[in-house]
Amino acid sequence: MTTEISPGRGGPAVALAESDADVRTLTDLDILESESIHIIREVVAEFDRPAMLFSGGKDSVVMAHLAAKAFFPGRVPFPLVHIDTGHNFPEVLEFRDRAVERLGTQLVVGSVQEYIDRGELEERADGTRNPLQTVPLLDTIASNRFDVVFGGGRRDEDKARAKERVLSLRDDFGQWDPRSQRPELWNLYNGRHTPGQHVRAFPLSNWTELDVWRYIERENIEIPSLYYAHERDTFLRDGMIRAVGTVSVPGPDETVERRVVRYRTVGDMSCTGAVESSAADASQVVQEVAVSTLTERGATRADDRISEAAMEDRKKDGYF
Amino acid sequence: MTITDTLAASTGSTRTLFRFATAGSVDDGKSTLVGRLLFDSKAILADQLEAVARTSAERGFGASGEEIDLALLTDGLRAEREQGITIDVAYRYFATDARNFILADCPGHVEYTKNTVTGASTADAVVLLVDARNGVLEQTRRHLAVTRLLRVPHVIIAVNKIDLVDYSESVYEEISADIDRVARELEIDGALTVPVSALKGDNVVTASSRTPWYTGPTLLELLEELPDRDRSLQATEPFRMPVQTVIRPQGSLAPGLEEDDYRDFRGYAGQISAGSIRVGQSIAVAGTSRTTRVTGLWSGTERVDEARSPQSVVLEIEDQLDLARGSMLAAAESAPAGHREFGARIAWLNDKPLTPGAKVLIKHGAATVKALVEEVHARLDLTDLTDGPANALELNDIGSVAIRTATPLPVEDYEHHRQTGAFLVIDPLSGDTLGAGIAAPGVVEAEDPLEDWLGDEG
Ligand SMILES: Nc1nc2c(ncn2[C@@H]2O[C@H](COP(=O)(O)OP(=O)(O)O)[C@@H](O)[C@H]2O)c(=O)[nH]1
Repeated sequence: MTTEISPGRGGPAVALAESDADVRTLTDLDILESESIHIIREVVAEFDRPAMLFSGGKDSVVMAHLAAKAFFPGRVPFPLVHIDTGHNFPEVLEFRDRAVERLGTQLVVGSVQEYIDRGELEERADGTRNPLQTVPLLDTIASNRFDVVFGGGRRDEDKARAKERVLSLRDDFGQWDPRSQRPELWNLYNGRHTPGQHVRAFPLSNWTELDVWRYIERENIEIPSLYYAHERDTFLRDGMIRAVGTVSVPGPDETVERRVVRYRTVGDMSCTGAVESSAADASQVVQEVAVSTLTERGATRADDRISEAAMEDRKKDGYF
Repeated sequence: MTITDTLAASTGSTRTLFRFATAGSVDDGKSTLVGRLLFDSKAILADQLEAVARTSAERGFGASGEEIDLALLTDGLRAEREQGITIDVAYRYFATDARNFILADCPGHVEYTKNTVTGASTADAVVLLVDARNGVLEQTRRHLAVTRLLRVPHVIIAVNKIDLVDYSESVYEEISADIDRVARELEIDGALTVPVSALKGDNVVTASSRTPWYTGPTLLELLEELPDRDRSLQATEPFRMPVQTVIRPQGSLAPGLEEDDYRDFRGYAGQISAGSIRVGQSIAVAGTSRTTRVTGLWSGTERVDEARSPQSVVLEIEDQLDLARGSMLAAAESAPAGHREFGARIAWLNDKPLTPGAKVLIKHGAATVKALVEEVHARLDLTDLTDGPANALELNDIGSVAIRTATPLPVEDYEHHRQTGAFLVIDPLSGDTLGAGIAAPGVVEAEDPLEDWLGDEG
């Protein structure tokens, strides 16, 4: 059947391509997947020492899944890097170790706790350690001489990221200079870099949160159980639901309540909030995210709520 | 059964992906339009909206306070300009039931060529704004020209601020007629026009009762219905795939696989840039006389019988050919020849001008080769796409050049091959991307020795 779109008077009509029953549709997820695999392969081909950030969060899990596809039947040809805040959900650490084993690659850990113990980093007044990841990350990159690091950042995450490149150049100090960023055209990614230049590569740039969830559902990808509804002891702080744990202890007038919750991001346990939810598997999360009215950050990260420009600041600092 | 079938069946999903770029002159209402699309398609979430409403109120937008400044949703270009932040293409995401959209928001200021070329290079469509009060301006022509040069499949002209001309049919008709004329001059077929008010929402997402004389689709309806890359030309072009990397997993197999099953495995990985491929099909190595047959095809961890652009795959072939990263595989019947000298148009994206004799790198497909820009012939006048004399190209110029490469490249005529006709010009010292190249029609063909031998047929 040929569909005719009439542009109204004043313009010519266009005839749309026939919808041919023989031709399968490549879905949005097929195309995003192929684009990401293309990016991962380009980066591995054009750099000497790649590595991939792996926090155990859903974006990094999806990214690692794509890396496994990109080199199949070979194994993922680079190590994973985890910058450990020391404020982990235990489930996430356990998940991380299993995932690394399944991929058959190595894990490099940079520990925020060690920096604090050595007195090289100072605990913040608000207790959150997400902003403290920058120094251990840069040191890990330097000591392992990684020339490119894959990150799971998406451009839909917030306004500061909308102009981020797929290949983002950083200087010696991990800093991001908007003026030195290269235009990216067609599917041609320019991976040239001079000694001292580092590159962050974002294969998931064009994915949205919903795409990530739909892909997790489609591919049946295992992610930490925290992402699905479970019962736990919680209390309210700053309007957010916090888990009771060693690094998030309720104050005297904060009442502990058992709630059915899930997490939309997994990071520093002391500042990551949960949402009340009964979504127990990926398809239920897809439904929930589809009708959700808050961004992931807005809903669940205390440090991002403090300052709207938090992300921009951190990016300039060399954090992702 | 192919991987695509399985996946579509498992999720019941046939959602497609559509990429478009927006362009326009400053103040035509582009930020407002983009904000409106995001807002009306509910891509804006409550916390973002809250922030925007607060800022709108602070700035005294909308006397009654019920309208919010949608332009703020897309970052407020003005604020960026004041802060001296680089004005760059920004990517936005929204979705309807039928489609995912990736919007490349190309600011319409002095660097518009750089930004529009960047945004248009991947776009299935360009939405170009025209202020109904101003009609078709020189900049409109330039934007259309860039769209034409980069062969963006569809062009939509949003005749904006129709509310400010009292929803006048005759104003719209006049602008549409002008667009038609310019489109004909530039050889663009099927430029579509839609009368809209980004501010009030007329015909952006929902049809307006204030333009009863307009019976066509709204802007969003157009974006939802135009064919995407998968259904357009690219999928029917002959097969092309640059080899990104060779996968020889012996000794480094993915966990769980048996060494015995992959003892001789040698796979060529790449993203299909045009056309489709089947197991059993004959293919050639572009720029050589070598041909072989496809014996295996993989999409991720699955064997498939066929695949097509833009899928990322791994190919196994019958013969031991000396293939490496940078080789290009092509349909045997129509494999492109290699060229060491070719003509091209280059959009110059760097502050330092391009002068004849420049030593550069060219990235084409997965190959990066040394090259010399032998001549700068002409600078394109973007108002009418005619060539004017030039001996250098400045930032944001588009011009014609002659290129010689150290090793032959299978560049093709961009007019017919939107992927394999494109290349990057890279600074060998800094590594910066200096220019965007499109192999120019005619000149490429003339370099083919067979063509010379057979004489000029065109
Ligand atoms: N009346 C009216 N004003 C509009 C419309 N679209 C945008 N504007 C106003 O035009 C001005 C410029 O809009 P903006 O979106 O910032 O333009 P940009 O520079 O193209 O991004 C702002 O004051 C908008 O409120 C419209 O459709 N009707």
